[in-house]
Formats: sequence, structure tokens, C-alpha cells
Amino acid sequence: MGTKDRYERLREQATTSERDSSPHTLLAVVSLAISLLLLAPLVWIFLRAGEIEFARAVELLTSDTTVSVTLNTLALVTGVTFASILIGVPLAILTAQTDLPFKRFWTITSALPLVVPSYIGAFAFVSAFGPRGVLADLLSPLGIEQIPTIYGLHGAILVLTLFTYPYVFLTTRASLLSFDGTVVEAARTLNHTRWEAFRRVTLPQIAPGIAAGALLVALYALSDFGTPAIMQYDVFTRMIYNEFGARRLDYASVLSMLLLVMALGILAVESRLSAGRDGAYVSSGSRRPGLIRLGYWKGPALLFCGAIASLCLVLPIGILLQWLLRSGTGYSGGGFAFEASYAWNSVGLAAAAAAICVVAALPIAYLAARGTSGISSLPERATYVGYAVPGVVLGLALVYLGLRYVPFLYQSVILLVFAYVIRFLPQAVGTTESSILQVDPQYIEAARSLGYHPLSAFRKVVLPLVAPGIAAGAALVFLTTMKELPATLMLRPTGFETFVTYIWLVQGAGYYGQAAVPALVLVGLSGLSMLVILRREDTS
Amino acid sequence: MSRQTRTQQTSDFDDVDAAVANPNRTVLELDDVSKDYGHEVAVENLSLDVKDGELLTLLGPSGCGKTTTLRMIAGLERPSDGQISIADEVIADGTSFRKPEERNVGIVFQDYALFPHLTVAENIAFGLTEMAEDAVGERVDELLELVDLSDHHDKMPSQLSGGQQQRVALARSLAPEPDVLLLDEPFSNLDVRLRVEMREEVRKILKRAGVTAISVTHDQEEALSISDRVAIMNDGTIAQIGDPAEVFENPESRFVASFLGQASFLSARVTSDVIETGLGSFDVELLNGPVEAYNGAMVDVLVRPDDLQAMPTNESKADGYVVHRQYNGPSFVYRVELHSGDVVHCMHNHVETFEPGQPVEVDLVADHDLAWYPTE
Repeated sequence: MGTKDRYERLREQATTSERDSSPHTLLAVVSLAISLLLLAPLVWIFLRAGEIEFARAVELLTSDTTVSVTLNTLALVTGVTFASILIGVPLAILTAQTDLPFKRFWTITSALPLVVPSYIGAFAFVSAFGPRGVLADLLSPLGIEQIPTIYGLHGAILVLTLFTYPYVFLTTRASLLSFDGTVVEAARTLNHTRWEAFRRVTLPQIAPGIAAGALLVALYALSDFGTPAIMQYDVFTRMIYNEFGARRLDYASVLSMLLLVMALGILAVESRLSAGRDGAYVSSGSRRPGLIRLGYWKGPALLFCGAIASLCLVLPIGILLQWLLRSGTGYSGGGFAFEASYAWNSVGLAAAAAAICVVAALPIAYLAARGTSGISSLPERATYVGYAVPGVVLGLALVYLGLRYVPFLYQSVILLVFAYVIRFLPQAVGTTESSILQVDPQYIEAARSLGYHPLSAFRKVVLPLVAPGIAAGAALVFLTTMKELPATLMLRPTGFETFVTYIWLVQGAGYYGQAAVPALVLVGLSGLSMLVILRREDTS
Repeated sequence: MSRQTRTQQTSDFDDVDAAVANPNRTVLELDDVSKDYGHEVAVENLSLDVKDGELLTLLGPSGCGKTTTLRMIAGLERPSDGQISIADEVIADGTSFRKPEERNVGIVFQDYALFPHLTVAENIAFGLTEMAEDAVGERVDELLELVDLSDHHDKMPSQLSGGQQQRVALARSLAPEPDVLLLDEPFSNLDVRLRVEMREEVRKILKRAGVTAISVTHDQEEALSISDRVAIMNDGTIAQIGDPAEVFENPESRFVASFLGQASFLSARVTSDVIETGLGSFDVELLNGPVEAYNGAMVDVLVRPDDLQAMPTNESKADGYVVHRQYNGPSFVYRVELHSGDVVHCMHNHVETFEPGQPVEVDLVADHDLAWYPTE
């Protein structure tokens, strides 16, 4: 958030300094065209749902299935969100404000679960705690035949929480770090104990940070397809996928619309929250608050950090390694051999998506960063809608559009790449925009005062400064595309396999062992994308 | 501590200790206090006492230990050694340490540290946790009136100007009636013009409230103008403490002299009745204090720019020549290199313009005794 403040300042400078508007008009037209193209498929959901007769629509909306799926989804989202707060906030406080030993280490382990795609986490948990899993194998010699099932709501909440709480951890930590510690000292000299000062001063100020992370978690839990599918828990995403598989497109579109509305609702709350946060709390100081001495609590605190890290990192990676090393029936199976072409398919798709995203992001990001009117940030906001659209819904929309309007594109790689661009363009826009914002408009003025033509000033000064941001955006899109699951499953050409579809295939067939190598590769790649994000945060 | 009701004086001259019960009582006492961070010594054997209602300023260059001293008084740092007491109660020594919330010490932070999520009134009421609700409201109104911000009751800190934020911070720390109020570089975040205005304003508020206060600054003008007493700090110890005028006119050490005002030193040979300098001979009486022991030795005499006058002359009569001219608006300060090798500064009215290179005769025009130091 500290950097956010700086962006805001620079954005103000950018908007107050003078510039001519003609290049911006062209920029705005290009950006709007791109964002309209990206949003178009989503309109289909509404059109398709509109084609359903009214009486039938009401029947579908009020059917027992719809109601129970809605309740299931709400239960999952609520459970995951609250559990994430319960884990993320204490971890953030422990690593940011106490004398916890090995704080840097725990900071990393607390953020790292984000690198495990949740469907791989879910495989690992099913493999560890499911029937005939590792735990069952260990317990059966002791005569324990029945262990509580991992499937269902609690399993889905457990897995999703463990792999998404880092959103809460990171946003809470960021607000704790950007928060001016002198106000805590002020509270203490005004006769407040450390705990009272935390409750009355710290908490109200980090609350927006906690909420921002919680909403990200909620959005993730709502849109995630892999985890509920593996945990066999009926939520919107799983139902839509199943209806799609059964070719019942009208019910799938009704469910998609409901899901989309919920996702947009979360997004709206999020954007209102971040709008309200801008400049609301002005704190000029930068003194770190004194560290809280844990004393007797040091042991329990370490135990807590250790337990979370074990569940989120040691367990799934351990299971993957075990799959790798152990070869028996059920672990490696015939007919499912991994082929090198799958890896090349993944890489090719991801590279194409990254290249297109970078090119499309540049005008949108530049307009949002340097534009003068409220309209100039419109294309940027429009792309963020793509981010909120669950992959299942997007997949469905594109399947339908492909079938009806562009049959020659249906089941083609082009449509699949288009889906990736819609989903991941916001990442490229975000990194590009923040790097443009970091370039003080005065740099160009300085270069011009030193005798450079505006264009050569841009090339000499702005481009070198923005290039790392663009590269980071490309890397992020590349890496997230590699692990995208639902749209890939729904849109790939028949017989076209990637890392992800292969993992899904062998998991579904129970040949876990075959999934170990590609899964470890994906975890490694996600780790790289995390590195990209952290590097960018360090430099900004 | 009991205090009389605050007087509602509106005069600009109410610089009287109206609310102090017993001006001779020592409220704060530091005895041989030290603070080190590993190898680094921040404060060394510092002793100090402050009387009821007094405003003492710790003045020194950055890194001299003044802020550390303040934070130890507040309980935000633990002394490594020594003893601190407030109102005859020991609040920190080798064995015991009272937490900041149990000390009855208020602090106004350099950047004010107002709670950004609370209104002005809520900020001021923050420390009044043990008061009934309507009493809190009354107290808040009273303080808002004291700092002249009654119209800003419900504003957020971000809506206030720097000077207003500072007054809120002051009101907030005065609200629980602290035994001692600490001010950490209170004016450093204000622009120059406002700074001068707020100095007077803050002194007035502190005096009206009758609170014992310690301020910390590196700005000598600020220290001299607002304080009852000034303590000059250097390298973690107090170099000199006393009334501002006394400290300015009789700095006990070369460090204090050069820290306060633009000091130059004139080397002089002491004889039984005169001192011989690069500006000629002067009566030994001009030196401040007994100098007999230095008969025949060299001393350095402190001369400030207003003690000297330069007059253009020809080469043969000149004491030296102008090497630099510094324009300050109302005045010029000329740097003059004397033939004796000393460099001195002379202050002149802004209409008296000499060019660098001009030979000048320098006159000693000081109408007070001059401080001096044995030549090292």
C-alpha cells in the first residue's frame, strides 16, 4: 500500500501536468476496441439465458438443484473466506510485528502456498487423507478401517483455505508494514496497553487491507473449479461443467449467469473498498512500531506457523515426491504415458497468450496511467471484469460462440488463446500500468529540457524504465496460463493435451503416479511467477 | 498533580505561569542515565532536572542523543543505566521499568501521529478512557478552545493544515493532564513562516495549561526563543544547560559557541593588561571571567558577526580583506580573512556593499564581555 500511495501521487502529477490530447484519442479508441472485443463473449451468457422462455427460466432458477447449489456455493465461499482470515491475519501480525524467531523464513513459507495450484493441492489431500490414501494405509495395520471422509464441504474448505489464505496474509502484512508505527506509540503514551492500542488504533487501520485480501479469497473460492470437482462437492463451477458435459447448455447458462452475478458483486465491493481507501488515511510517519515481545507465546506461535507450513507445503510436495518415487498399481498406469509434445503444447499456448497480452496491455495501461479523464480508465476497468469471470463460465461462453458464429474456430487453439487473453490480460495491464506510473512525467520534461525530441525522450527514458514491468507482465501471463484448468479442459481441440489436461486425465483415472512430474513442474513454474511478483514489489 | 482551573485569558501577553502550583518543585529528574545499542552509545551519564511548569529544550545536532533521551522519558526506550523519576516516583532504573501507558507522560510526535481513522474530537478524547462520557465531551471542548480549533470538532485529521494538526496533537496529549509533556521536533514539519507563528502559539498554550514540558530540536533559534531553559547536547551528554540568553552569551565550550550562532574565533595573546589580536590590542577586561592564569598564553576569543564591523580602507591600513559575501535579505555577512590568518564574520546593513577582495579595517564593536577558550 506504501507503493500504492506513491502511484496515487504520481497519478495526480500525471493528471495535473499539461499535455496535448490528440494521441490520447487514438489511444482511447484502440483501448476501447480491445476491451469490447474481450467483453463480447460474456454478453453471450446473458443473451443465451434470455432465449429461455420465462416460465422455464423461473422453473430452472427455483429448482431444488439451483437452490442447493447456491447454498453450497455460499457455504464454501463463506467458510473459506473466514478460515483464511483466521489463518492469514495472525500470520501477518506474527511476521510483521513480533519478535518471532526466523521471521523472514516464516514470511516466505506463509506466502508460498499460493504457488501450489489448488487442484494439485486437492489431489494431494485426497491422496493423503482419502480412502486408500497414505493416512489410511498407515492406520489400517492399527485396525482403524474407517477415517472421516475428506470429500465434501469441509474438505473443499480445508484445501481452498490452505492455498488461498496467503491473499489475506499478503494484504494484511502490506497494510501493517505501511502503517505508521508512531500512532501506536502515541496511543501508548495516552495510557493504552499494547493490546488496547492494537484494538483501537492498529485494527481499524488494517481492516481495509484484511477485507481486500478476504474478497480476493472469496472471488477465488467462488470461481475455483478444480478443488470442488475433486472434492465432489456440488457448487456452481462443478455443476456448470457437468451440464456442459451433458450438453444441457440452457441450464448451464442460467447457472453461469448466477455465478457471474455473484462474482461481479464481489468485484464491485472490492473496487468500492479500494476507491474508499485512496488517501483516506494519511500517515506521514514511517517509524516501525516497536516489536511485540511474544514471551511465553513464542512456542505456540512457532507451532502455529510450522503447522500451517507443513499442511500447505510439506504435505502436498511430499505427496508429489512420494508419487514420483513409488511405483505400484494405482501410481503408475499403462496407456497414460506422458509425451514431450504435451509440454510443448503448454509452452506454446502460454507464450502466445503472453505475447498477445503484452501488446494489448500497452495502450490500455498507458491510457489508464496517463489519461486525464475518468473515461481513460474505463478500458482498464473493463479488462478486470475478465479477471472476475470464472474460467468455467468463460469456457462455456466461448464454446457456444464458437459453435454458433465461428465454427471454423471451434475447438481450435486460437479460441483457447483468446480465452487466456481475456482471463489474464489484467495481470499484464497491472504490471505495465504500475511501471508507467513509476515513471515520473517530469523525466520526459527533464529529457526535453536537455534537448530531446518527445519521441526520443520516450525511447531513451520511459521505455527502459517500463521494459521490466512489461517483461514481468509477460512472465506472469505465461506462468498463469500454464496452470489454467477449466477453460483449457473445455476449449482444447480433441486429442490436444497439455500439462494440465494430462494431470486431470490421470487423476481422474486414479493413476496419481503419472501426475507427479507434471504437477511438480507446475508447482515450480508457479514458484517462478511468485518470484516475479516479489521482485517487482521489491523494486517498486 | 492538581492544577488550577485554566484561565481563559485572551491577551497575547499571558506568558505567565498562571496554572503552576509550585514552580520550585522538581517534576522530572534524570540521574546518570545512559543508553547504548550494542557498541553504539546514544546517551551517556546524563543528569537533568525540570521544575514544575518549566519548558526545557534539548538542543543539539542530529545524533546527539536528544531524541533517545525523550523516548526514554516516555518509556518508548529502556535506559541501559541510571534512574528516571517523575513527581518523585522512580519510573525507570536498573531493575524496574514502567510502561509508557503507566507513566502519565504525554508526547507530541514530530509528524503528530494523529489517528487517521478518528475525528479531531475522537483523537483528543482518545486518552480520556477513565472519564464519564459527558465529562469527556466537556474536556474535549475545553481543549479545542485552548488550541483555538472549536470549529473543527468533527473533521478528520487529513482535512486539517499542518499547523492545525499540530494543535490537535498538542490538545490530545494535554487531555489526560500529563505530569510531563514531551515535544519531539515539534516544528520541523511546518514551513518557515508558520514555524515562527506556531512557536509563539505553542508556548502560549503550554504556559496556559501550566504543563511541564521538554522539547527537542536542532533549530537553535527555536530553542532560544521558546524555552525557559536550554540544554545543549553533544555526543550523548549535556554540554551546557541554562537560561537561553546566558547560554548564548557565555558558551562554556567551543562546541556550544559554534553551535549557537555564527561563531568565529579570534586568536589572542594575553598579557597582564591587554590582549593582542589581529585587530589590534584590547583591554583584558573585555574578556569574560578571570584570565590571570593565562597570562602570556594564547586564547581564542569568541566573536559573532554582530560584534564586528568592517570598514573599507587602503592596503596599508587594512587588517585583512573580504573573501566572501553572504546576502541574507536585511543584512550582509562578510567573511574577512585577517592578515593574522584568522577568519572572522562581520554583519552589515543591506545597503553597505563591499566587493570580495576589498581591503578592510575591522573594528570590535561588541558592548558586552567576550567569551574565550584556551587555545588547543
